[in-house]
Amino acid sequence: MNKPNITKTTKNNLFTCGGFIVLVVLMSILRGAGALSNSVQGYLVPLCIYIIMAISLNLVVGILGELSLGHAGFMCVGAYTSAIFSKCTEATITSVPVRFTLAILVGAFCAAVFGILIGIPVLRLKGDYLAIVTLAFGEIIKNICNSIYLGFDSNGFHVSFKDTVSLGLEEDGQVIIKGAQGISGTPKDSNFIVGAVLVLVILVIILNLVNSRPGRAIMSIRDNRIAAQSVGIDVTKYKLMVFTISAAFAGVAGALYAHNYATLTATGDKFNYNASIMILVYVVLGGIGNIRGSIIATIILYVLPEQLRFMRDYRMLVYAIVLILVMLYNWSPKMKEIREVLRIKIRNKFARKRVKEDIQI
Amino acid sequence: MSNMLEVKNLSIQFGGLRAVDGLNMTIKEGQLYGLIGPNGAGKTTVFNMLTGVYKPTTGTILLDGQNITGKPAIYINRAGIARTFQNIRLFKQMSVLDNVKVGLHNHMHYTAIEGVLRLPRYFREEKRANEKAMELLKVFGLDGEASQLAANLPYGKQRKLEIARALATDPKLLLLDEPAAGMNPNETEELMKTIHFVRDEFRMTILLIEHDMKLVSGICEELTVLNFGQELAQGETSAVLNDPKVITAYLGE
Repeated sequence: MNKPNITKTTKNNLFTCGGFIVLVVLMSILRGAGALSNSVQGYLVPLCIYIIMAISLNLVVGILGELSLGHAGFMCVGAYTSAIFSKCTEATITSVPVRFTLAILVGAFCAAVFGILIGIPVLRLKGDYLAIVTLAFGEIIKNICNSIYLGFDSNGFHVSFKDTVSLGLEEDGQVIIKGAQGISGTPKDSNFIVGAVLVLVILVIILNLVNSRPGRAIMSIRDNRIAAQSVGIDVTKYKLMVFTISAAFAGVAGALYAHNYATLTATGDKFNYNASIMILVYVVLGGIGNIRGSIIATIILYVLPEQLRFMRDYRMLVYAIVLILVMLYNWSPKMKEIREVLRIKIRNKFARKRVKEDIQI
Repeated sequence: MSNMLEVKNLSIQFGGLRAVDGLNMTIKEGQLYGLIGPNGAGKTTVFNMLTGVYKPTTGTILLDGQNITGKPAIYINRAGIARTFQNIRLFKQMSVLDNVKVGLHNHMHYTAIEGVLRLPRYFREEKRANEKAMELLKVFGLDGEASQLAANLPYGKQRKLEIARALATDPKLLLLDEPAAGMNPNETEELMKTIHFVRDEFRMTILLIEHDMKLVSGICEELTVLNFGQELAQGETSAVLNDPKVITAYLGE
């Protein structure tokens, strides 16, 4: 009984990862057997993307305890930079795994750079102020991506905010970003297995980070900043670290996203604050600081509206009701009590079984 | 014995208010020193200046000969001052063990990458940190609650955990801000023993702020009395407590 909570958290983490692997294997088998409809197959990759978004946002919101509303902005950065990379290197790097891996790393790196750039001035702010600035950042990124024109020719890159003509490309030039029409013709490299592997890698990184020296420092900042400083913890360093890591993971999600569709645009709801808030909803309903909860909430809340499409106009109404029910299930004291009773009952059942088995032996 | 802490002409001004005015104080190594005074005298402000929460307007602070005046809180903790707080500031959503392990933060050296990849140094240092933290918890009788959340501990134990966390940083000087606040006489009695034990066992120099006169007269070897930010009296405990000026300041004319 020397270190009871350590073995317990390790067990919990293994359970989370194991559960996810089982789920992935199950889906792969179902897909191989042809048991999944086209629409279900279509949202397996987005599901992985949003799981990555939710667990990386949970690092900021749940573990560091700061509210960030610009998470989709980092995803946008990752999506655009990785798509540009893939389009530029499509001719030179022919191996798909190599090119896609590099594209993901480029997306993660660029998003991380933005994370640092935004983080240095912004992390002096707290609470609501930080939320407002990150919200504005997300919108700015989205609008820039929406209006930028980028071309590539033998002279290098050309940038314009007007139109394709003003890029002044050479004969051999190629327009990569066409303003609001975005990037089209990105190689479709994403698939469910790649997405699932990325989720798993990021999941392990986050869980291991949380249960180590830096993770404890981050949580101590969340719980009491002044006390954390009094025991010698560098608050700015760890805040920036979390912000950067979380942005990099959002960049990975963006890269997956960009390589999953033929065209990538920043119009509509994809990268604006609605998207950021949707991801925040996954995090909050899954339980702030609870990584496993984020995954479960993302799966339920992403799949549900898709499956409810047959209800047409009532779709969002049902969705809202489900949100409220999930909230009640998670947080109401009565429900907590009922869950606890159930848990003990199940545990006792298993315990009794084990005793019986022992006797038989 | 050498001087552990030397405070010279320490003052701080908040707008028009001089909260601490020209304080001089010398604490020798291994001493149990008390800082007392009526409410609002500026005791906690002195602590906040010593630990880098506030920057003093004038004056110098020397810790074991090293000038730490106006340095940031992290630097001062690494230089060797640890503290507890008047209103308990624990990491409430973390386990009791992890609270102490946060205190051990600067005594572990593996990087974030080593932690994420679970390289050998991670296991080695985590194991040592666990043992060290459990040892400290045992000193304060908290080893049974190691896996509980800090928020779920009873009040008296929360105060003890704060001291354990401060000790984990391996300080030269420990500052206790009203350690007995809110404790009943039995708990205070026990606390006195613990403070004595900490001083002897860890060979610690301790400066404490306290209102409980039984505790002050019971364990402090020397005292400084503050009143309205100024030093009212200084010297051996029994002499200071019988000083008519001090009695007047506490009880009124």
